[in-house]
Amino acid sequence: MIAETMTALAEPNRFRIVELLRDGPQPVNDIGQRLRMNQPQVSKHLRVLKDAGLVDVHPRAQQRLYELRPQPLQELDQWLARYRRLWDERFEQLDELVAELTRKNQPTSRKKRK
Amino acid sequence: MSDTTMEMRSDREIVISRTFRAPARILFDAWTRADLVSRWWAPKSHGVEIAHCEADVRVGGKYRYVLRKGDDEFAFSGTYSEVTPPTRLVYSHVFEAFPDSPVTVTVTFEELDGETRLVAHEVYPSKEALAGALSSGMEHGMRETMDQLDALVAVLL
Repeated sequence: MIAETMTALAEPNRFRIVELLRDGPQPVNDIGQRLRMNQPQVSKHLRVLKDAGLVDVHPRAQQRLYELRPQPLQELDQWLARYRRLWDERFEQLDELVAELTRKNQPTSRKKRK
Repeated sequence: MSDTTMEMRSDREIVISRTFRAPARILFDAWTRADLVSRWWAPKSHGVEIAHCEADVRVGGKYRYVLRKGDDEFAFSGTYSEVTPPTRLVYSHVFEAFPDSPVTVTVTFEELDGETRLVAHEVYPSKEALAGALSSGMEHGMRETMDQLDALVAVLL
């Protein structure tokens, strides 16, 4: 769901975690160190991100590796793309209209005055 | 003409912009005058047309645009809170199916060398989101808001 994705990303520290995970999977400790957050904080945020489907956990040796899941971000992107298409079309129409109004406004009004 | 750009500035703000090869006063008119809005606001390729369009463009004045798709009509309305031709406009925007979620829209028209850059900044309502707090109330409020926008886009496209 788009709304869950946005809610999860709305918190600045979670957004930073997502940005960091774009570079590749990371264990909790590394995330905490690189973002200067303590482990309980990081774990709390990772839980929210996991519930929103934004991250997945993979055990590797003694560590738990957190990895970004692209699907929710792609959905968000698609949702935005639809809204963008709506505005694209409106703006195409607006473009034609203002071109017409600009033409009427300049040379023709001068011609009429002659 | 440059392409439309769209950017999510936060969890409740969307900024849409585009540059037009026309003076700001013409764009301002096209954006506000009901007889002109009715010529571009409906996404026509999706079978949507304007059924009704009225606008009283002054501070405290109201506008109402009604779109029609097949037998269905969708009304959008709002009130102008700032009207500074031809550079700036602020108004509320309500999809009447969701009257409790007014969007605040700030539109600026910046003219340079005969071209005008139009920027529409839409802020969706949620005080809690503004405070950055993740209360359940905000999650609920935001869900409604985003569902509203989603529903709106689904209706139009």
